[in-house]
Amino acid sequence: MADATVTALVCRECGRTYPLEALHACDWCFGPLEVAYEYEAIGARPLREEIAAGPRTIWRYRALLPVDDAQPVELGGGWTPLVRAERLAAELGLGELWLKDDTANPTGSFKDRVVSVALTKARQLGFKVAACASTGNLAASIAAHAARAGMVSVVLVPKDLERAKTAMAAVYGATVVAVDGDYDEVNRLCIELVAEHESWAFANVNLRAYYAEGSKTLAFEIAEQLGWRAPDHVVVPIGSGSQLTKIAKGFDELGKVGLLTGDESAGVRISGAQAEGCSPVAAAFERGSDAVRPVRPSTIARSLAIGNPADGYYALQSVRRSGGAVESVSDAELLEAIGLLARTEGIFAETAGGVTIAALAKLAAAGVVRRDERVVAIVSGHGLKTVEVLGAAAEPCATVPPTLEAFEAAVGEGLTERAATEEVLACR
Amino acid sequence: MPVTVRVPTQLRSLTGGVGEVAVEASTAGEALRALDALHPGLAERLFEESGSLRRFVNVFVADEDIRFGAGLETPVAEGETVSIVPAVAGGA
Repeated sequence: MADATVTALVCRECGRTYPLEALHACDWCFGPLEVAYEYEAIGARPLREEIAAGPRTIWRYRALLPVDDAQPVELGGGWTPLVRAERLAAELGLGELWLKDDTANPTGSFKDRVVSVALTKARQLGFKVAACASTGNLAASIAAHAARAGMVSVVLVPKDLERAKTAMAAVYGATVVAVDGDYDEVNRLCIELVAEHESWAFANVNLRAYYAEGSKTLAFEIAEQLGWRAPDHVVVPIGSGSQLTKIAKGFDELGKVGLLTGDESAGVRISGAQAEGCSPVAAAFERGSDAVRPVRPSTIARSLAIGNPADGYYALQSVRRSGGAVESVSDAELLEAIGLLARTEGIFAETAGGVTIAALAKLAAAGVVRRDERVVAIVSGHGLKTVEVLGAAAEPCATVPPTLEAFEAAVGEGLTERAATEEVLACR
Repeated sequence: MPVTVRVPTQLRSLTGGVGEVAVEASTAGEALRALDALHPGLAERLFEESGSLRRFVNVFVADEDIRFGAGLETPVAEGETVSIVPAVAGGA
């Protein structure tokens, strides 16, 4: 029953409906299009059984995804670990803290969720070319999934991006084009390209309505991994704002179709995290305004360096409606947070993860994220993608000749002394 | 005073294909209303029923987004251009 539960694309602003094709903006009012579902029909199905019988990937949630395909375009993305973070929680003065570790995805970021959905739909619509505007993670994921599906891929990125990101895309076989401009300029170019190349599926332009839905699976997995219970508070990085908006939508949908235990569908607080050098949503939150004023990004958090976030308005609405906040952090703070997360929990995050953990720390200190809440932070991408920003923190502490004396002189008893002060957690 | 309104491709079916229209106005709002007077049907594409600008319609006066100026009251000097730019969603 292909797409039986998906009915149309609907304009988020004026409600006009469109067929389920490669369309992303309303002809009438230019609002973004969104996939509409028959929630009543979906809710009437034995969803928990269907999901439990499904694969350990995002496709276990097929009932709530916009494209139904027995063999989706995928690399096994999703169903990433949700890990209890006791040591980090203690550092931040929090109680029950969990980390959604999306560094564990096949290409090392949450983008594998959205791309798998986008390219499955693209293939269904007959596209043979996969494309995107990207700050890096998306490019790698598009290239890998296109390779898997036998599609040709072309990815456009701002120039001087982190080496690992462009390297991944290039090795997976994409035509990688670095654009002399920032992400917002790359994005504008892609919007023009869509009009010129109608046979290309731009994941985040003409396929965006489908693509964005993939991020809902973060909410679905978190709830399922918590025993079909919603957390109290989720902290999410904001680039375009799409991930945050769709996580909020995911929790709403779980309530609508009756997947949550008890009445917990009400009231997941959602907070956002931005880098100070690109914080248009945090600034609008601070001003109490609905209008997100575009900025020119200047931050080492390149994956979040989107100065004119397409879903900034909707992310703001989701945060405000849920009683959350948007926090911004400096590059120094995000670097410190990358180290803290890695040292306390063994998770190596890229700069966006550092932004999220640093923002979590500030929100905890301010009492916005509370000690009595069950908190989940999204760690959206792997640290190996952004090693060049780490400087000395990523270097050996000493280089020594292969002798006992030299080793002892360089390291000495310091290590043993440090270990004596640590409390080793039992059986985590 | 005479000003120019730049009309995006998506709305040119209402202007007979014309991309630039000369109108008389002293604010951005006046310019857009004057455009609608010349080419009826444009206003409902640009404004909510409440009269505010639609969320995904951006208007620039001298390259500044009027949302961060005085909104529809943003003054327009003689010979300046008022640009209508749909904010078509895209991006990560």
